[in-house]
Amino acid sequence: MKKRQNVTIKGTKEGLVLHLDDTCSYAELKRELDQKLSANSRTQDERNLISVKVNVGNRYLTEEQREELKNLILQKKKFMVDDIVSNVVTTEAALRLKAENEVLMVSRIIRSGQVLETPGDLLLIGDVNPGGTVMAGGNIFIMGSLKGVAHAGCFGNEEAVIAASSLRPSQLRISDRINRSPDTSQSNETREMECAYIDDNRQIIVDRIQALIHIRPNLNRFEGGH
Amino acid sequence: MGEAIVITSGKGGVGKTTTSANIGTSLALQGKKVCLVDTDIGLRNLDVVMGLENRIIYDLVDVVEKRCKIHQALVKDKRFDGLLYLLPAAQTVDKSAVSPDQMKELITELKQDYDYIIIDCPAGIEQGFQNAISGADKAIVVTTPEVSAVRDADRIIGLLEKQKNMESPRLVVNRIRNHMMKSGDMLDIDEITQHLSIELIGIVADDEEVIKASNHGEPIALNPNSKASIAYRNIARRILGESIPLQPLEEANKGMFTKIKKFFGVR
Repeated sequence: MKKRQNVTIKGTKEGLVLHLDDTCSYAELKRELDQKLSANSRTQDERNLISVKVNVGNRYLTEEQREELKNLILQKKKFMVDDIVSNVVTTEAALRLKAENEVLMVSRIIRSGQVLETPGDLLLIGDVNPGGTVMAGGNIFIMGSLKGVAHAGCFGNEEAVIAASSLRPSQLRISDRINRSPDTSQSNETREMECAYIDDNRQIIVDRIQALIHIRPNLNRFEGGH
Repeated sequence: MGEAIVITSGKGGVGKTTTSANIGTSLALQGKKVCLVDTDIGLRNLDVVMGLENRIIYDLVDVVEKRCKIHQALVKDKRFDGLLYLLPAAQTVDKSAVSPDQMKELITELKQDYDYIIIDCPAGIEQGFQNAISGADKAIVVTTPEVSAVRDADRIIGLLEKQKNMESPRLVVNRIRNHMMKSGDMLDIDEITQHLSIELIGIVADDEEVIKASNHGEPIALNPNSKASIAYRNIARRILGESIPLQPLEEANKGMFTKIKKFFGVR
């Protein structure tokens, strides 16, 4: 009986996919990959590398192993690895991913000297008083008044936005941009829900909250339904 | 078993000591057994405001370091029949002479014998503050209608809310000048309470009589005719659980107006 192949190449609509079996050992896999790619010694133009996706199934690859596989495939001068897809992530990465995509809901007042920080989006039900700070890796939504400092996209996400029922911050920060409130306070007109975002000139702009619908369509996480 | 209430503010000079003295006095007037504790070690002045400076023999640090018994250090206020006592702060050392744990122990001991322990807290958020709040069950935050005082009160409330076994603090707005509040030159009460969003337990008008009285070593609460005195007495009654509406601020103006009317013989 012929041994089951650990490395198979399949053509799909999106291009070639290199399936690497996930039941054999890593060393075995490497050896077979090396053989398979060497054996098929069709002389080919070196400049025309075919880009290929690598699917490793339920195998977890460390960063070094990913690099190793990429180099191994590239050395054979046939394929260029476009992406390595694995069904598996570490718990750590999964939790981080979850935190980054989660909306943290907090109901309290952020008082002077207090800092509230979250890797994902923040929904604060309450006020941020002057001297208080809220920071989020994603967007910040405040149902209450923002009188302190808000820093959205604090890990460099320039798409992040800040919205508040009453936006009267001492400072707004999105990614690495900073905007502070004007020194002379404007008239006491009651303004409605407002939002802040980074525009094409990399300036923080304050606008009506409805503007976000057009500017940040990605905020929409609602799928399906009409 | 009594309860310990710390009077704090963060910012200096908003009237913590005056408030402590007057709330203590008012509670004693209501027939409660009260002990005032000055935790502003090194800068004591609750004793001066109470007019008890000359009677100090031992102080808080002596008690903590077991150089004397608690009752030896307590200064009795002769104006009240064994209802009001003061535990004075030491003047020769500083805040680091006492630790929060020692303070807690001391307050717990005092709670056995008194209905209310009123703790006068020093300004700031350093060790003195930590000492003062460590033994307290409740807190009253004093602020004035100034942006800086409200900012500090906000910070203090944040710190108090983190404290375990402490009820949500209550607010006293001190030194209110009605005409400035009306003209919008001063924060008004609504603005302050909305901003700090804690329960308001009293408002005290800015009254020259208060300064006069403390300089004489007689808390204003002893004078039944002063507006500030009524305010402090009302705070004490609210602490005791009575529900008393806030004094209308307009009265001061009205009073003045009726005085003028009286002067001209208009009825």
